[in-house]
Amino acid sequence: MYGWLWRHLPGPVPVRVILAAVLVAAVLAACFLWVYPAIAPFMPFNETTVGEG
Amino acid sequence: MSTPPVALPPPAHARSTRTPTGSSIVYGVVGVVGELLITIGVLLLGFLVWQLWWTDVEGNAVQAEIVRELGFETPAVAEAADDGVAEPRRDEPPVIDEPPHATTFATLQVPRWAGEQERPISQGTDRPTVLDVLGIGHYEGTAMPGGVGNFALAGHRVTFGKPFNRIEELQVGDPLVVRTVDTWYVYRVTSMEVVMPADVRVIAPAPNQPGVEPTERVITLTTCHPMFSARERYVVHGVLDYWAPVADGTPAELLG
Repeated sequence: MYGWLWRHLPGPVPVRVILAAVLVAAVLAACFLWVYPAIAPFMPFNETTVGEG
Repeated sequence: MSTPPVALPPPAHARSTRTPTGSSIVYGVVGVVGELLITIGVLLLGFLVWQLWWTDVEGNAVQAEIVRELGFETPAVAEAADDGVAEPRRDEPPVIDEPPHATTFATLQVPRWAGEQERPISQGTDRPTVLDVLGIGHYEGTAMPGGVGNFALAGHRVTFGKPFNRIEELQVGDPLVVRTVDTWYVYRVTSMEVVMPADVRVIAPAPNQPGVEPTERVITLTTCHPMFSARERYVVHGVLDYWAPVADGTPAELLG
């Protein structure tokens, strides 16, 4: 899966390294900004209020 | 004389067009599943980093902004003899009414927590609209600052700015300085305890005495315990020491 992605990145190896790093950073940023805040309320260790749920 | 064309072996890049054998399909699937599992592991680790670090980064910035937006005026340095220190008053303090849910109406400063920023106090204690967003929450229905009864507050121990992270550092006698738009209320810590989450008696008007009519002006802080767990609650009680109008200056405890 990642091998397939690596082979299809354009450019010589140093360029691919930078592109891969950018892709990883973009995925993590998307997680931090949208995915994690969205799923946080559903994590079981986040139920801390007595008398709710 | 013509020579027959020599059959060359297929060039290297064409080898991948061979039909894969059964075992290489299995290895391919195992490889993808393995990479997916590792990816999920990394994403879960990322979630921990987000919850335990990023929400603090965001929370501290947002809460500092909320305190700024309150627009509380800096106490003027009074003239002559007074060096800007507010004179303690122990008569009847002014008490404001409970505001609507999620309204920020006061701030908390704790000299024992050197380096901590001034934290906003907002009405309500639910996570989605107050604790995760606005900082410290005020238990609805409990007393307001300076009021007879129990001014009960809740705050995160970790995550979202973790306003009560250093609650265990508090010792008996430590000042807790609450400020509304024009009044300082200086409370002093009297006791602390560890209770179960359902022990709501700690925020009763007379702490730990449900049903008893209150006679004192008390403050109570509640947060999760132990650190990183929500198994128990760490509770700190305090009593009002004195109050002062903001116009008179700053409490000595904050100028220490």
